[in-house]
Amino acid sequence: MKPFVKPSVIPGFGLALGFTVLALMVVVLLPLSGLFVKTATMSFSEFWSTVTDPRAVHAYYITVTTALVAALVNVVFGLIIAWVLVRYDFPLKSLFDAMVDLPFALPTAVAGIALTALYAPGGWIGQMLPFKVAFTPLGITIALIFIGLPFVVRTVQPVLEDMERDWEEAATSLGANRLQVFRYVIFPHITPALMTGFAMAFARALGEYGSVIFIAGNMPMVSEIVPLLIVMKLEQYDYAGATALALVMLVFSFFMLLTINWLQKWGQNHAFPR
Amino acid sequence: MPETLRPMDESPALRFLLVGIALTFLGVVVGLPVVAVFVEALRKGFSAYAEGIMDPYALSAIRLTLLVAAIAVPFNLVFGVAASWAITKFDFWGKRFLTTLIDLPFSVSPVISGMIYVLLFGVHSALGSWLIDNNIEILFAVPGLVIATIFVTFPFVARELIPLMEEQGTEEEEAALLLGASGWQTFFSVTLPNIKWGLLYGVLLCNARAMGEFGAVSVVSGHIKGETNTIPLHVEILYNEYNFVSAFAVASLLTLLALVTLILKRIIEARTAHH
Repeated sequence: MKPFVKPSVIPGFGLALGFTVLALMVVVLLPLSGLFVKTATMSFSEFWSTVTDPRAVHAYYITVTTALVAALVNVVFGLIIAWVLVRYDFPLKSLFDAMVDLPFALPTAVAGIALTALYAPGGWIGQMLPFKVAFTPLGITIALIFIGLPFVVRTVQPVLEDMERDWEEAATSLGANRLQVFRYVIFPHITPALMTGFAMAFARALGEYGSVIFIAGNMPMVSEIVPLLIVMKLEQYDYAGATALALVMLVFSFFMLLTINWLQKWGQNHAFPR
Repeated sequence: MPETLRPMDESPALRFLLVGIALTFLGVVVGLPVVAVFVEALRKGFSAYAEGIMDPYALSAIRLTLLVAAIAVPFNLVFGVAASWAITKFDFWGKRFLTTLIDLPFSVSPVISGMIYVLLFGVHSALGSWLIDNNIEILFAVPGLVIATIFVTFPFVARELIPLMEEQGTEEEEAALLLGASGWQTFFSVTLPNIKWGLLYGVLLCNARAMGEFGAVSVVSGHIKGETNTIPLHVEILYNEYNFVSAFAVASLLTLLALVTLILKRIIEARTAHH
């Protein structure tokens, strides 16, 4: 039989693993399992009527569609930004490169109120537009574009950096024009990274709360997202209802996590031979 | 030397267009919100700005945020080092699964991260009623804020250290041990100098998130002014009271924190690039 741990001269395995597992149990696993215990106390019909309530169904619809559109916008512009940062030189390049990380570093509530100030009807951008942005699903999408952008740029950028130019040279010398080189050489190479970035931005957007609630307006059946509905149920002490919705979201996130892992593996196998 | 256009390069017009699109998008989507924070904060002059920050409730929110971060960040620092030590210096059964579990908090919505503690410590649970009988306050008090913050920042340090220590292997530690160093000596004089930049990087990101966390903390806080309001929660309250100047003034502190974090991050990246 194989031993649990491979023998080593390095000390501290018991202490390090013991503390790790204890902390993981107390902070993460035990509290998370409470969610499943709580759901188990509901009858199935209760659970079903909570998760299929029209207001909840509309919130799923808003959450998923805004997250999807935002992630797609980020794929297009994130690719252009990554491309420009890797391939071209321009003034203040390192400043713009650093700006990409801002959505990671800026607290979500700050992003939320700043975006609302910009896109509200009287705001800098809002007053220039003929249609309403803040307090509509479009406003939610804007907030989700903000928080998702670094995911796409930072997954595509390293792949573009590592890409050997030999393949492009070969294609060019065989007579391909620039568009053909991009379409048949570069794009297939970065597709896994683009899809991983898309999936990460989408997954993050599904659970996003802080940056969305200010700009969303939170009107039932119009611009209400699932995380907000959970918070409202918690505030009304409807713990069972909140748990049921949370479970739906968790199952969805788990599915997204599997997809991301699978995409990353695919990307590793998909890379050109060196 | 004039730049010659090779067939492998895009035409100058296309380059100009792509750079233009990229920078405009970055400027409007990412740059403008940051500028807006400071413009809105200073809209009624510097004295109104200072008043928003020096307000007693704002000051108590700042103190609370510093306190929560001062507990949550060192906890995750110790956890991150212990987890990376176990995972990278040893080969054991279930190692990959453990790594996945450590990353779990990143894929949970912040709202759900807070909610699991409401379920665990709330009045309806067995633990919750025991806590009430024994007069121990966790939920809607500082301990709840700390534990929710630990949850959302749990993976940061471990995530930075694991790939770094994986790459460094175990040879240097083995050499130190064979020369007679104790386990702790080996850690402090061999491992720690090797991982210090990665560790600092992880702590920096962990701290930024700990101080800026909103969703999880909002659920467990109970929003008691002067008692359980962290800086982001105070921003929300001011904003909902239509006290926009003060809301943005307090938000500008968090924005400065984010900017300083990014600058330090760049400095660390530049230093480690030489190795």
